[in-house]
Amino acid sequence: MIELQNITKSFDGREVLKGISMAFEAGKTNLIIGQSGSGKTVLLKCLLGLHKPDGGKMIFNGQVLNEMDDTASRTLRREMGMVFQGSALFDSMTVLENVMFPMQMLTKKKESVIREAAEEVIERVNLIDAHHKLPAELSGGMQKRVAIARAVVMKPKYLFCDEPNSGLDPKTAIVIDNLIREITRENNITTVINSHDMNSVMEIGDTILFLKDGIKAWEGSKELIFKTDNEAITDFVYSSNLMKKVKEVYQ
Amino acid sequence: MRRLIFQEIQDLIIGSLGIVVFLSFFVGGVVSIQTALNIDGPFIPKNLVGFATRQSMVLEFAPTFMSIILAGKVGSFITSSIGTMRVTEQIDALEVMGINSLNYLVFPKIIAMLLLPLVINISMFLGILGGYAATIYGGFSSTADFIEGIQLSFQPFHVVYAFIKTLIFALVLATIPSYHGYFMKGGALDVGKAATVAFVWTSVVIIVLNYIVTQLLLT
Repeated sequence: MIELQNITKSFDGREVLKGISMAFEAGKTNLIIGQSGSGKTVLLKCLLGLHKPDGGKMIFNGQVLNEMDDTASRTLRREMGMVFQGSALFDSMTVLENVMFPMQMLTKKKESVIREAAEEVIERVNLIDAHHKLPAELSGGMQKRVAIARAVVMKPKYLFCDEPNSGLDPKTAIVIDNLIREITRENNITTVINSHDMNSVMEIGDTILFLKDGIKAWEGSKELIFKTDNEAITDFVYSSNLMKKVKEVYQ
Repeated sequence: MRRLIFQEIQDLIIGSLGIVVFLSFFVGGVVSIQTALNIDGPFIPKNLVGFATRQSMVLEFAPTFMSIILAGKVGSFITSSIGTMRVTEQIDALEVMGINSLNYLVFPKIIAMLLLPLVINISMFLGILGGYAATIYGGFSSTADFIEGIQLSFQPFHVVYAFIKTLIFALVLATIPSYHGYFMKGGALDVGKAATVAFVWTSVVIIVLNYIVTQLLLT
């Protein structure tokens, strides 16, 4: 479980996060949604330890990340997996090497054991035939699946995804969403996903945090979105005609 | 880490041998031709061609100018490869995994670049060989005169001096481009800009350090 208590963050005097408090539960897919510039990415980078918040606490199962020294935070980060928006796969490595990489760097396990673990995860994301391909030879959806495999190969307690289905067609996006949800439930991971894709919200949004101008404007589940009267979230959700029609049908 | 170091040796050192061999041989040839054409006089010994070629190659061309040439080749490779990793969030990925990205990316490059004196050694040898070939085939001097010239007033400390400054330049070649790649901000266009800035700064620092080291060791 991850608990955020009154997180604030500013850049050059501009307040980007204004006192965010939230709890992300294990075994659930927790979504952070909001318009571009609402502070989603900054919040995610704070959670990853890539930005240090100016105030507040980020508590990972009782450990306060932003009060740790470098060594301790690096150790905690080894319990995290991250799927970057652009996948961030290592260009010069094959799919198998990319997935084996965290274990090679962070464990002292035998090469054969690491290989076996990596192959198991690659099989889990249905990429068994792409072992020896380089990232440049893969489609966007395949790259995302490799990134997921690399993120979960170390069996993390926390999984973070930044716009995991951006740039993907709707069908592939659903495959990626479902894969993340299944892995989250199978391994009881605390998953936090940054998204502005309403399909993802409706597909996998167990818990949703809606940010607007750096403020927590709403929180709830995907079921509650259609019932809420909160102006901020309704403005965001029903900005497209498709979602307006979905609401009509739902009601 | 060992695998990374070997990979960097392959990319930075072995990958540079081609250009080093080519440039050294021909620059050595040009130095000897220029020397031969400009010292034509009855009182100037013919062995001066070999002497001047050796001194030019050992003292300056191989260690200093080859390092500046490598600032273009190796330096831009380092900046652009690390910069691309920064732009594509690969460095963030390393950090999130709990890996010290600076150590992972820069340390193997520093270790690999410590082999630069070997490259410079090859450059010295081929420069003198190029000078010899140009002298003999151009008919400027005899083999005996050239060999006598390259042995004339030889001071082993000059080679030591060349290797000392090569080691210093090697550290500059590994660190300045790494810094510009690692701390760059922006997109693909900025990777190119960072590589250019890194080359300029690496060259400037090499030239300044060359002056300081020469002042300290040879005067």
